[in-house]
Amino acid sequence: MSVVDIERIRAAGGQRMYGPSALTGDWRRAAALTWTLAYLEFRLRFFGTVLGYIWQLGRPLLMFGVYYVVFVEILPIGNDVKYYPPTLLTGIMLFQFFGECTGGSVGAVLARENLVRKIHFPRIVIPLSVVVSAGLVLAVNSVAIAVFMVIGHVPVTLNWLVAIPAIAMMLVYVTGLAMLLSALFVRYRDVQPIWDVVLQASFYAIPIIYSIERVPGWARPIVMSNPMSAVVQQIRHSVFDPASPSAADAIGGAPLLAIPIGITFVVFGLGFYVFNRMAPEVAEEL
Amino acid sequence: MSGRTPAIVVDGVTKHFRRPEEQMHTFKERALHPFRGRNFDQFTAVRDATFTVEEGEFFGIVGRNGSGKSTLLKLMAGIYQANDGEIWTRGRMSTFIELGVGFNPDLAARDNVILNGIMLGLTPREARERYERVIEFAELQEYETVKLKNYSSGMHVRLAFAVMIQVDADVLLIDEVLAVGDASFQQKCYDQFNRLRDEAKTIVLVTHDMGAVRRFCDRAMLMERGVTVREGDPILVGEHYLDMNFHNDSAQDDGIPESASRDRFGDGSARFTQMWFQTPDGEPLEVIPQGQETMLKATVEFYSDVEDPAVGITIESADHRPVFATSTVWTAERTGGFSAGEHARLSIRFANQLTPGRYFVTPTVSRRGSGQEICDRYPGMTTFLVTGTRETGGIVDLEHDLTFDLVEEGVST
Repeated sequence: MSVVDIERIRAAGGQRMYGPSALTGDWRRAAALTWTLAYLEFRLRFFGTVLGYIWQLGRPLLMFGVYYVVFVEILPIGNDVKYYPPTLLTGIMLFQFFGECTGGSVGAVLARENLVRKIHFPRIVIPLSVVVSAGLVLAVNSVAIAVFMVIGHVPVTLNWLVAIPAIAMMLVYVTGLAMLLSALFVRYRDVQPIWDVVLQASFYAIPIIYSIERVPGWARPIVMSNPMSAVVQQIRHSVFDPASPSAADAIGGAPLLAIPIGITFVVFGLGFYVFNRMAPEVAEEL
Repeated sequence: MSGRTPAIVVDGVTKHFRRPEEQMHTFKERALHPFRGRNFDQFTAVRDATFTVEEGEFFGIVGRNGSGKSTLLKLMAGIYQANDGEIWTRGRMSTFIELGVGFNPDLAARDNVILNGIMLGLTPREARERYERVIEFAELQEYETVKLKNYSSGMHVRLAFAVMIQVDADVLLIDEVLAVGDASFQQKCYDQFNRLRDEAKTIVLVTHDMGAVRRFCDRAMLMERGVTVREGDPILVGEHYLDMNFHNDSAQDDGIPESASRDRFGDGSARFTQMWFQTPDGEPLEVIPQGQETMLKATVEFYSDVEDPAVGITIESADHRPVFATSTVWTAERTGGFSAGEHARLSIRFANQLTPGRYFVTPTVSRRGSGQEICDRYPGMTTFLVTGTRETGGIVDLEHDLTFDLVEEGVST
């Protein structure tokens, strides 16, 4: 009876339901969901409290203030960096974006448990919305960067366009990590404390408070292999100080750039693979 | 029905859940016990479910808690992945496992309506366009800007339901939505169900509510422990379900008549030894459906000679209030003489007009005359359950005709 019915429904344009997965159904619906979740999350953070926007901006600015006092007035590390204040602030905000994407994605699936267990939707929406939401915060924060750049008289040049591929690479990298971490956390709950530590340590592994010129030559390729280091350094080079080494120079030649770029795409591929394998079971594992 | 096209085909679908014997929830545990396999205790929630829902059909899935009916719905909705079998669906499908999925308490009505609408399958544009109608239907215009956390639960439900009915999917999967809300809200739900049915939407409803199944479903399916027990006419399926439910219940409740039996008293010249219910055709009845033509039978054993004993029963409700009583005193003055060693049979025939619930029967046999010389009075000798779908709140459901007509001017009745 059913075989006949399957033929009938297939003939009438029916589709087989394969269950939940990372990517199912209409991509427009996935995009709409991602955007709606990200935007509402973002709005809650900015407008949820009276001074929401000030608090959001206050955190990186306060961090900036502390680092600035410590590394310019007490330990003179930043003095030799041209346009140190806006460069430092940009680094802090890029790192905050990185931290929000990855740290936020760890518990994201659990936080959306209600949706996962009750609605059929492409699961990839969850880590993606975390990235988009953090991206909105970064966009708003960049207003502060612009103010600092005006105060610091940073010249506007066509070189800025070179920052675009760097930012694109960062997006690929954090999206990969977001997928990987959100999937792993479902099964391994200690991803959370582990990642907290990794995140704290990685702030110092990226040339944000110090300049790459201060790193001993032998260690530079190691530091620069981190995709985030490559991104931060490239932005410093192309937006603020063309005299500072580009990512390619810092790592020791353009061919070596294949390492951070390779890591980026491997992380993205691995993240998608793990997330995709995990997606059908997420509703049961939580 | 073969002229129509199917909207859902479920073929041989099986779903297991793995319950790990030991939770391995961290890397640490994996690292400490690398060779310990993940041992699973497998549990089959749905076994070999096969059915077809035709386009425009209202299909009910009923079963007790843990019967797998909700799991089956989630399989159809694509929330779980089936281990075996195929599921095919056709047309835009929306799932209502719970009202207001994704509602965020910190957001106001508008954002929540749009978010929920998109979750349920609307495009953002459709969701925005329908917002006005949603808020109007929910009667919450004055509370538009209030955050959801400051809504009462009733307002919350109204808003969620208003979104749900604005989602015009072709296939709707609904799980127990009616479990919430007051009577007027339920009536609203029923009205919407009728509307959806009139619009020839395909609906799958998972529920405990046999009343809803009988009222709306074209076809129903009964599940028990993951297996389809019965499929077909909703009235028959509903009866099967009630039967199954109360049989098990009465098996568990064996202790009830015992506890009441302490109050039994009498001079011992006669005793009730048996009591049971049956249909007029002699079929034993363990639970009594509403409206059932019923025979109550009891046996009295005599231990000494008794002349014209009076025999009667009282039926009490669960809170031990008498609901009905009858006795030979009112029907036959003279019941005859009985000698020691003889026994007699009491038979009472009635159409069961009691409303659903548990009842107790207290029989009495006494010597005629003063009425004080009680041979045997056995409070709560037996207990029975009445099943039915109409919970009116009354004790009895009298046989009645009800009409409600317009009175025309100038015509006196």
